[in-house]
Amino acid sequence: MRSFQRLDAALLPIDRPNVDTDQITPARFLQKPRSNDFGEYLFRDLRFDAHGAELAAFVLNQPAYRAAQILVAQDNFGCGSSREHAVWALCDHGIRAVVAPRFGDIFFGNAMKNGLLPIVLPAEVVRGLLDAALAAPGARAIIDLEAQTLSRPDGALHHFDIDARSRHCLLRGIDEIDYTLTQTGLIKAFERRLDADEAA
Amino acid sequence: MSAAPPRTLFEKIWSRHQVTEQADGQSLLYVDQHLLQDGSAPAFEMLRGRGLKARAPQRALATPDHYIPTDSRDLSALPDPEKRAMAQALQTDTAAAGIRFFGLDDPRQGIIHVLAPEQGLSLPGALIVCGDSHTSTHGAMGALAFGIGAYEVAHVLATQTVWQRKPRTLRITIDGRLGAGVSAKDVILAIIARIGAGGATGHVIEYAGSTIRSLSMEGRLTVCNMSIEAGARAGMIAPDDTTFTWLSGRPEAPAGAQWDRLLPRWRQLPSDADAAFDREVSLRADDIAPMVTWGNSPEDALPIDAHVPDPASMADGTRRAAAERSLAYMGLTPGLALTDVKIDRVFIGSCTNGRVEDLRCAADVVRGRRVATGVEAWVVPGSNAVKLQAEAEGLDEVFRAAGFQWRFAGCSMCLATNGERVAPGQRCASTSNRNFVGRQGPGSRTHLMSPAMAAAAAVTGRLTDVRQLQVRR
Repeated sequence: MRSFQRLDAALLPIDRPNVDTDQITPARFLQKPRSNDFGEYLFRDLRFDAHGAELAAFVLNQPAYRAAQILVAQDNFGCGSSREHAVWALCDHGIRAVVAPRFGDIFFGNAMKNGLLPIVLPAEVVRGLLDAALAAPGARAIIDLEAQTLSRPDGALHHFDIDARSRHCLLRGIDEIDYTLTQTGLIKAFERRLDADEAA
Repeated sequence: MSAAPPRTLFEKIWSRHQVTEQADGQSLLYVDQHLLQDGSAPAFEMLRGRGLKARAPQRALATPDHYIPTDSRDLSALPDPEKRAMAQALQTDTAAAGIRFFGLDDPRQGIIHVLAPEQGLSLPGALIVCGDSHTSTHGAMGALAFGIGAYEVAHVLATQTVWQRKPRTLRITIDGRLGAGVSAKDVILAIIARIGAGGATGHVIEYAGSTIRSLSMEGRLTVCNMSIEAGARAGMIAPDDTTFTWLSGRPEAPAGAQWDRLLPRWRQLPSDADAAFDREVSLRADDIAPMVTWGNSPEDALPIDAHVPDPASMADGTRRAAAERSLAYMGLTPGLALTDVKIDRVFIGSCTNGRVEDLRCAADVVRGRRVATGVEAWVVPGSNAVKLQAEAEGLDEVFRAAGFQWRFAGCSMCLATNGERVAPGQRCASTSNRNFVGRQGPGSRTHLMSPAMAAAAAVTGRLTDVRQLQVRR
């Protein structure tokens, strides 16, 4: 897994609530192999019309936002389907962190496992970030995972929570499966108890 | 000596499956039942890439549902080779891993969330996961069941465990009798409209109260299925005699001495009388009318006798902007009576409403009537077993005689992954679970409702209050 320590990048404002994973990666791309560039499918039907022409009004098509790496959205980002393709599309496009007041639970977990940092901040702080990014395209923020902070050039500093194991894995790029395999002794002990119980 | 603290149904199942708990509150949970469908190819690829094997293949079961055609059982009829490859990969991947596979030629095949309960594989007290968000369905059996992503599917294959942060608990209590024409689907749509699409984020819901108790298993499965549409990690209902009677005698259910040993345990599962929940919400059954959605989030649900909302009347700017976008996409104007909304397509099926009871309710409305001119209406049974049962009851003839297409089991037009889609601009009365932009195909316009309401829409050609139609049994 790609590690995450510190990121100084532009903000991408997705100023909507309930952005579902069908929006992030439409279902008609789910059968594509992971070797494809899923960045091409990111927000496909918001970015392009039925003929493949760019929709100029969508933020991702505006030059100042194209290289943004910190997506900021309203409440309940990543709700809906469990499709990990939504996280792949964001990662392949170059997004490294997502900030919202709340996330879909499954999306949140999928992000962590792919080195995409989901950050929960209070709704009013997120509103401020959205407003800043909309008012000044290219507006930036610095994320420091070690310190668990997101800061703005104006000096505003916001602390965010993250569970210790996910932080540990993200900082060092540790693959969760590798981590869990180090716990195999505990899993075997559990299975022995389970088998004894089922045989009882 | 002090008594053990009272615990919820959720807490009892959670603690029983904890392999280890870390200082930060994350727990490693052991998975009893791992359900797999034909979106699993990336997970098996991850497993192979790491040189790992399935740890407990006997605790997994696979069936194709997302990518298979429903107009035939012939996979080669799928024109897209990549979609075909997804369904084929499940067969070869599970064969290599030693995982049981119910293929298209198997009488048990179906949507995984319909198949597993109906075969007796989803048990009270179990921890069940699947790489699909509607895994919450199985909570209706008194299980803890939740959806996971592709990476987590690989993780479960490799370790038979999953990491979870302990969710908070939310009890939703509904008391009273549901009115005529009001079903479990209306109950869950009313709940989501009340608490919002993110209203249960970070929580496990336990549905309680006399209304829930009096629901059939099929109805409970429908309610728990859509827990995810309120953002919940899982939804569950305490197992009771309704559960045990329904489960007993199913092909894979425990039997004989094993049943006798498990039943007393299952009776201990319901939340203790004074167990505390982090949040409580309550609704009254007689406040719930047949519901339909008008927008692009399941929270955009209203009683059928309501009108399309006017964004201008919404004080909250965020809600107003979202409603304006939804109305533009849905092609609706503020103030229009919902019963004046004309439809082009009808889809009766899905893991939400593809069970035999759903088809009976729809058939009762359709019997002796015709699908309205210009409307294309489909019934896609949730499983092959549902299809066979419905055919034994003659329901297929009711639907066919009315002009419905009677199809084979699969996810089909709920999410159109198999290519069966609603055309751009077409409006669909659907018993599925999501009305997202493009959910049933690019440009599709979805209105969610119950099977009876979808049947009513099919015969009138517009959204219709099923209570206005005489039901013929």
